[in-house]
Amino acid sequence: MTATTPVLSAVDVTKHFTVRSAVGARSVVRAVEGASLDLHRGRVVALVGESGSGKTTLARVLAGFYAPTSGEVALEGVPVRQRRGRVERGYHKDVQIVFQDPFGSLNPLHRVRHNLERPLRLHHGVRGRAELDRRVRELLERVALTPAEQYADKFPHELSGGQRQRVVIARALAVEPKVLLGDEPVSMLDVSIRLEMLNLLDRLRAEDGLALLYITHDIAGARYLCDEVVVMYAGEMVEGGPKEQVIADPLHPYTRLLVDSSPDPGRGARDRERLFDADADGLGEPPSLIDPPSGCRFHPRCPFAMDVCRTQAPPRTDLADGRWTRCWLHHPTQETE
Amino acid sequence: MRTSLLQGWKVRTGLGVIGFFVLLALAGPWLTASVPGLDPRANDLTAIGLPPSAEHWLGTTQFGQDVLAQTIEGARGSLFVGFLSAVIGTALAILVGLPAGYFGGRTDAWLNFLSNLFIVMPVLPLILIVAGYMQGTGLWVIALIIGFFGWSGGARTIRAQAMSVSNRDFVLAMRTLGEPHRRLLFHEVLPHLTGWIAAMFLQGVIGGVMAEAGLAFLGISDSGAISWGTMIQAAQQQSAVLRGMWWWFVPPGLCIALVATAATLVNFGVDELANPKLRTVRQRTRRPRGSEAR
Repeated sequence: MTATTPVLSAVDVTKHFTVRSAVGARSVVRAVEGASLDLHRGRVVALVGESGSGKTTLARVLAGFYAPTSGEVALEGVPVRQRRGRVERGYHKDVQIVFQDPFGSLNPLHRVRHNLERPLRLHHGVRGRAELDRRVRELLERVALTPAEQYADKFPHELSGGQRQRVVIARALAVEPKVLLGDEPVSMLDVSIRLEMLNLLDRLRAEDGLALLYITHDIAGARYLCDEVVVMYAGEMVEGGPKEQVIADPLHPYTRLLVDSSPDPGRGARDRERLFDADADGLGEPPSLIDPPSGCRFHPRCPFAMDVCRTQAPPRTDLADGRWTRCWLHHPTQETE
Repeated sequence: MRTSLLQGWKVRTGLGVIGFFVLLALAGPWLTASVPGLDPRANDLTAIGLPPSAEHWLGTTQFGQDVLAQTIEGARGSLFVGFLSAVIGTALAILVGLPAGYFGGRTDAWLNFLSNLFIVMPVLPLILIVAGYMQGTGLWVIALIIGFFGWSGGARTIRAQAMSVSNRDFVLAMRTLGEPHRRLLFHEVLPHLTGWIAAMFLQGVIGGVMAEAGLAFLGISDSGAISWGTMIQAAQQQSAVLRGMWWWFVPPGLCIALVATAATLVNFGVDELANPKLRTVRQRTRRPRGSEAR
């Protein structure tokens, strides 16, 4: 990690949702607990985890949709104030989000042009028709939708998934944000266009110095695009660090499981089963976030679980080269074993 | 959208019938005045309770008024009340339902409480009381009262739809772009409800025409105004049924039924637009016989 102030950071963010059942019983979903994350200019951080691990909730807290239950979000070192669950309007001048579903994030009734002109009018006060046209063309060309004149007047239903997601990205870029949060931005696209989208994101990061948060469950994509990887499990961050080390040599057993779950032709079919001593079904499911397991939340599925794992949550252990993990296996007190 | 709306026979028929009555209502005074002897209010003592004849195409009433002229004049009154009350009711439904569904939370709680209040209110007795106070003030007031008491169900529908549309990603995305709520409400959410609103409006027209007729039948109406409802009420008071004067109450009754049917037909068409499943069925049935469909 660099010494400069991160553009956007989450400091010990916790988000609980209160749900009421039909009979009025209240329960608390602990969607995210004690998550910390730093996004730096021109760097890409991947947030990896399976469905329901709290990735999207964290992204939405960062995007200002939810106020964190505790902890804070800081933009360039300044804590973001929230009034009645809503962030102040200037916040979105710097932070934009791209959703997973390119089909849902464009209003089917508006042309591409409308989507791009609104942020230009709102944030840059662009008024003249000629100026608007020029800026819209520039934006479309930046996301490689050419000829731009042709795309500007299309409706979303006339575009493919990849083209729509480009429009969504162009719309976010029209604001000229400092941070772009990508909530699984490529997972709903065809595999054949994912690489193009990743290259596009990579180019934007290099050209504009955007800070990118790339949420995914695809380890290979994360490895391709990112500088840093953070792994979440059941609402908690379990491991983080530079991507090569984390992916090549995972410390936390969950990261190991995740990395081994991604297809790798160079690996034998039964290696994972051997490592975890169980087949895919035997590995169990992520725990309920209403009533998470005591101690380390991964211990019911962990092949290396010890007594301490069942009772006490592991603290964060910082290791060399900016890596860290929350696992008793790597805690200094266990080094003697 | 417009071309596909006009494709079905239901919509065409419905619009045709409504258009006919609207024209009739608009041209009514001119029509009745330019045809000599047709004055809806003139009492011709030489022609009392006559059946249809060459002189009086639809016969005359017990008061010696021409039924055709009254029916034409009644179209004016009934449709005026129908459309005005539908406009008021729909506008109120949107104004209450849209913010309730969009903002949620406390706003929703209050607005929803308000619509629930109007739903459980015994509307008919209330209308009777209010209209009783306002007696003799004209069809305007009747339309206002019907519209004011008839928006609550629509508000609930709009609220439910607005709730579902507001939670879609594109609304959130545009909010993240910094769009103010006013624009999100009217440019992102509201256009998705046009089908519902159109259906609600037509339903409101039917309801308005019916409610006016019902109120007039119960004797709550402006005594000077002529509508299909007042015609039926007059016929009832003069026991036209017992006297066998069918020409007095059948034309206005038929007109009410026709307008209601026409609006329902248009509603079907709007429904087909909003629900693509119904549309494919229609296309299949419209294929020429003998093709691969059968």
